[in-house]
Amino acid sequence: MTKMSGAKALIESLDRQNVEVIFGIVGGATLPVYDVLCKSKIRHIHCRHEQGAAHAADGYARASGKAGVCIATSGPGATNLVTGIANAYLDSSPIIALTGQVCTTSANTSYMIGRDAFQEADIIGITTPITKHNYQLQGAAEIPKTVKTAFYIATTGRPGPVLIDIPKDTQTEVTEIEFSDKIVIRGYKPTFNPHPLQIRKAAELLAKAEKPVILAGGGVITSNASPELLQTAELLMAPVATTFMGKGAFPENHPLSLGSIGMHGNPVANKLLCETDVLLAIGTRFSDRATGNLDSFCSAAKKIHIDIDTAEIGKNIEADIPIVADAKKALNALHKRLAKQLKKKEKSAWIKRVKEAKEQLNPPSKGESKDLKPKALLQQLRKLLPEDAIITTEVGQNQMWAALYFNALKPRTFISSGGLGTMGFGFPAAIGAKVACPDRSVVDIAGDGSFRMTEQELATSVMEDIPVTVIVLNNSVLGMVAQWQRMFFKKRYTAVELGSVPDFVKLAEAYGAQGFHVESIAEFSKAVQKALKSNVTTVIDVPISSEEDVVPMVPPGCGINEQVGEY
Amino acid sequence: MENGRTKVIAALVENKPGVLHSIANMFRRRGFNIESITVGHTEQKGLARMTITVKGDERIVEQVIKQMHKLIDVVKVSGLEPENIVARELVLVKVNVPDTKTRSDVINCVEVFRGRVVDVSSGTLTLEITGTPDKIDAFLNLMKTYGIMELARTGLTALSRGSKSIRIDE
Ligand SMILES: Cc1ncc(C[n+]2csc(CCOP(=O)(O)OP(=O)(O)O)c2C)c(N)n1
Repeated sequence: MTKMSGAKALIESLDRQNVEVIFGIVGGATLPVYDVLCKSKIRHIHCRHEQGAAHAADGYARASGKAGVCIATSGPGATNLVTGIANAYLDSSPIIALTGQVCTTSANTSYMIGRDAFQEADIIGITTPITKHNYQLQGAAEIPKTVKTAFYIATTGRPGPVLIDIPKDTQTEVTEIEFSDKIVIRGYKPTFNPHPLQIRKAAELLAKAEKPVILAGGGVITSNASPELLQTAELLMAPVATTFMGKGAFPENHPLSLGSIGMHGNPVANKLLCETDVLLAIGTRFSDRATGNLDSFCSAAKKIHIDIDTAEIGKNIEADIPIVADAKKALNALHKRLAKQLKKKEKSAWIKRVKEAKEQLNPPSKGESKDLKPKALLQQLRKLLPEDAIITTEVGQNQMWAALYFNALKPRTFISSGGLGTMGFGFPAAIGAKVACPDRSVVDIAGDGSFRMTEQELATSVMEDIPVTVIVLNNSVLGMVAQWQRMFFKKRYTAVELGSVPDFVKLAEAYGAQGFHVESIAEFSKAVQKALKSNVTTVIDVPISSEEDVVPMVPPGCGINEQVGEY
Repeated sequence: MENGRTKVIAALVENKPGVLHSIANMFRRRGFNIESITVGHTEQKGLARMTITVKGDERIVEQVIKQMHKLIDVVKVSGLEPENIVARELVLVKVNVPDTKTRSDVINCVEVFRGRVVDVSSGTLTLEITGTPDKIDAFLNLMKTYGIMELARTGLTALSRGSKSIRIDE
């Protein structure tokens, strides 16, 4: 036991969790914390909007696999975090959000919270449905245990955001503080190990399968199960599709890779998923964007569903063999079991079908067009970037083009807002990813609309020396919405024009970053190479047609086998 | 319960502020149709017990249980088998009794239903009945003919029969 303030106890507790960096913005209700933070060895990255801080923490978490931490003051600071917290929640990303809160007591009253004090917001009430758990501290003595528990909850089981609300007088309270290593949470015991009987049943089914397909979701990445996935797929000679969130779980240049499924999935993946007789799905929640109309989704297949979250089993899709477990552990057990009972499968008729479908549905591009086309740009970008470069995306067409045409080769290298679809996520997430992986290149594939939502973080990137590259696929419209208006509202374009402002090169320069405008693939390549070499925050403005559609596409309400448009 | 589509779920939850909010909020958010929730302290320190009756098919009830289980402050949750529980609800009901004839009729009914008169005024009787929701429905139907001024029902609370329990080891 040592006597110290709540603020000191908080920073000490974060330090004990090996927190290296916190993204945030200071304010009245977090002053005592900052007063200690600035003297600690934890780096504070001063963002320009709390949403940016939350997304940066999220990007840091997804790139590193560790919890990302963000901090905001009470009231508007806390509410500005909300989009970022909801985003992390829907994509199961472990972030810790620290918020200042008004004092519990004051000179005038014995209880201040709940009396609408200056900058008071009920952030606990607001974030209850978008956090895995949240806490409001009642005294400094609670801090070490709460912080430790929060990190444990955020990073284990199905990860997710945890918020700790810290009244200002708790930060200043000086009391005896005990740091203990023990935590007890009687209502939280995530299942890690798969049930052996279920593994046996799954192995039997897979061994007999003639046309197996593996569907890997974000859970495979979360549990670092890519090596186990690869060895299982190769043993079974089973092709692997991923969900959008699973992109990177399996190398997309592997002969067994089918690409990602869904509304804007690769037609190969969508098609073969509808032909499979046994589906092995791992760490996916079968979201509506991934499955399309459920009636035709793998309707002929027996389904094995591995997930660490019991509630995902049977939520959207009935599983024939449910396995509640950590993906890595389950795949490992499954592989062991399968290895005992079958030799590596030979090239079957199914593998021939995979090859043929790929040739037919993913034909090589025909020649170069004069216009800058997203497909060519993204395929070129893949060639320019090292394998371990990290891509983030914004939301809209840019995101779907990236999903379709940018091959992710390693886990944690494709970072995007899948669940919430948050415009403005990609850029601050790129900053967070770069902080986690300073030696790797980080590129945000952006739309001009999305980038404007968090572009102020250019200041963060420049001032804090966190160089990332933003590629703005600039179509001068809110492209994805324009596409829907074109396709489903008889071209009645409303509220989608963005015009030619701002000048993104000047915008970058105004922040002290570098900007390039390119008109050809050759110029694009040069600009990307310069950006990577210079190690300076760079914005590359790439004009593309405002009429460009993302195709192929599964129209809303249709099955994923009813995709329209050419890859 | 008699209505096959209403299920009873029992849960042990941390007895802390905010827990009821997070559970109720989850029900609302996920569109679960809750008929009633009752909550109170238990024999175990720091734990409250909730009894929830929910309308829906197997699948929905299973989702309710799983989603509750996901909440950190829910320590244990379990669906109770309808044929294997004792379940009770309590109602307080205030009935108009303008004359002595009505008054004695109402008191007779209360006796048949094994209820009690808990308060008397010149023009009203306040009655207490405990039983299954069906019994309470039947009683209230009867009272309607006399004129119900107001009533308060607790919602269902239930335990498993026999030695079965959802108690946790401490
Ligand atoms: C914060 C937020 N607001 C609105 C939307 C709805 N929305 C989805 S895509 C889109 C257009 C995105 O435009 P842009 O960033 O230019 O990308 P593009 O589709 O043109 O590639 C909009 C407005 C959203 N996803 N997120």
